[in-house]
Amino acid sequence: MYRYNDFDAAFLAERNAQFRAQVARRIDGSLTEDEFKPLRLMNGLYLQLHAYMLRVAIPYGTLGSAQMRQLAMIADRWDKGYGHFTTRQNIQYNWPKLPDVPDILDALAEVQLHAIQTSGNTIRNVTADHFAGAARDEIEDPRPVAELIRQWSTDHPEFQFLPRKFKIAVTGSPRDRAVTRAHDIGLRMVRNAAGEPGFEVLVGGGLGRTPMIAKVIRDFLPKADLLPYLEAIVSVYNLLGRRDNKYKARIKITVHENGIDTVREKVEARFAQLRPLFSGVDQQMLDGIEAQFAPPAFRNAPVDLFEAAYQTDPVFRAWADVNLTPHKAEGYAIVSISLKKHGATPGDATSAQMRVMADLAERFGHDELRVSHEQNIVLPHVHKSDLPALYRALRDADLATANIGLASDIIACPGMDYCALATARSIPVAQEIARRFEDMKLEHDIGPLKIKISGCINACGHHHVGHIGILGLDRAGVENYQITLGGDGTEDAAIGSRTGPGFAYDEITDAIERILMAYLDLRSDPGETFLQAYRRVGADPFKAALYEAPAEETREPAHA
Amino acid sequence: MARRPFTPKVITANALLEGDVVYFTAADVWTRHLAEAEILTDEAHADLRLLDAARQADQVVGPYLADMAEGADGPQPTHFREEFRRTGPSNYFHGKQAEH
Repeated sequence: MYRYNDFDAAFLAERNAQFRAQVARRIDGSLTEDEFKPLRLMNGLYLQLHAYMLRVAIPYGTLGSAQMRQLAMIADRWDKGYGHFTTRQNIQYNWPKLPDVPDILDALAEVQLHAIQTSGNTIRNVTADHFAGAARDEIEDPRPVAELIRQWSTDHPEFQFLPRKFKIAVTGSPRDRAVTRAHDIGLRMVRNAAGEPGFEVLVGGGLGRTPMIAKVIRDFLPKADLLPYLEAIVSVYNLLGRRDNKYKARIKITVHENGIDTVREKVEARFAQLRPLFSGVDQQMLDGIEAQFAPPAFRNAPVDLFEAAYQTDPVFRAWADVNLTPHKAEGYAIVSISLKKHGATPGDATSAQMRVMADLAERFGHDELRVSHEQNIVLPHVHKSDLPALYRALRDADLATANIGLASDIIACPGMDYCALATARSIPVAQEIARRFEDMKLEHDIGPLKIKISGCINACGHHHVGHIGILGLDRAGVENYQITLGGDGTEDAAIGSRTGPGFAYDEITDAIERILMAYLDLRSDPGETFLQAYRRVGADPFKAALYEAPAEETREPAHA
Repeated sequence: MARRPFTPKVITANALLEGDVVYFTAADVWTRHLAEAEILTDEAHADLRLLDAARQADQVVGPYLADMAEGADGPQPTHFREEFRRTGPSNYFHGKQAEH
């Protein structure tokens, strides 16, 4: 993991001191709210429906145990004993009080965390594959590059007042677990004909009210050219991006209105100017950063304990089958800890659970944790012989739900229960759907499925790229939910198609059930996933099930 | 197009220090309880009261007029957003619902 140097620590201390003074001036009346608002947003502090909300960056989703414990301490001392992990690898505290926020930021700085650029029209927290450094299919660990981007973009003087917020995601694997095609810039590590690693650079992806899949601006960018090329892209966007209409200000609109060829031409021209100005210091810094991301000392040990538990304990086996991912090191596994217990709030962890996960990372996981964009926690390096003991500890902490990638592993934004922008609730809808499929004992039969829910068109719940997407809206003062089908956030990214009229709050769970019952009837065999079946048969049979079949007829599981 | 008739409203905001949902009373002070809010039925008077409320920017953030119905127990939200602000989130017994 990256460790702050003296400059980093001093920068953060100075920045926090500035904000402490700004908070004091707001409270004593020296600053108006109009003057203070941009300052608090630059430090991740929003004012939401019921309270302030502090959004803390977890750069590229990587956390150490000490950092996780500090997040738990903050939740206990200054909040209500829990935190909410988000789709952008942040944690949000929902109830801080304004006078306490400077102390919270200082407590974060103690463990090398901050809230800088988690809001505002600037380059936001850089996200990455949550299996980085561990995935068997990886070309290279993308986190050193993500850290380099973080250092380059933090307080970058040219990019503090962009036309709109700007999001960058990085993956080092061919399998895209970072939704790179739905970001302003997506970086996918690839190899060229000579076998050298570099990046396919994608530009202009994004969800929100105008969802778009990113376009390739460069097939192959050498690693050494990364920062000047990124600077060229953001610089061109800063110039071309529309500031007359906030709804048309994202780079996806810039690319759409100007065309990718024009944008590419301008970016390449700017890159030619910038490239000579990067003297190589960035690559020296990257070398230093890479050394800090060296893999842990993996041990060579038998996996008999795992095999025995797997053969004799069906509950452990069910968890292992769903929540483990192959690791690059022999004898190791990647463990996904579900924050989606049936009926729980997606992405929430109590302070006690945070401490348990920190302890387990320390005991079994080389002190590393990750936050996934799917709002779960990952222990990236666990030896298989430790898995039975790890599982028992997770079970005791209510963290052993075996549902990763299944129907109840739902991404849900905070929605109108917390968010000032939302137009309908998300959380209770996710809770109800998860409970329904738990009651029906069907989600393992249904298999891999991404349900994603947003409480407004801003699409923080990534509903456009859900296999089943749900968008909550206000229709004449009533919560109403539109359904999209066929979205995909992977390397085959696709925007889902709207099925038709929306459903009332008390109808939406039945509607989702009808879609999935139709899938169970339509699939060619139990190995055909929902998305595969949808792509084979199209939307019509699902629309028929949604809008024509009376709910009573579909309540009995067809394949229970 | 005919102008929509003015419907009853209260002035609401968030408290500067805590972020709590607050309501403006007829006594020019802020309360946590909707039942104590001043209900405004005249548009011109409501606009003036909103100016009065906005002058207390050292105490609150973002005052605005929220639609209400006049009930036996005082103002009642007519939109679900104001109902959630009056109570608290759905997923936990937090916010105002836990304070009473």
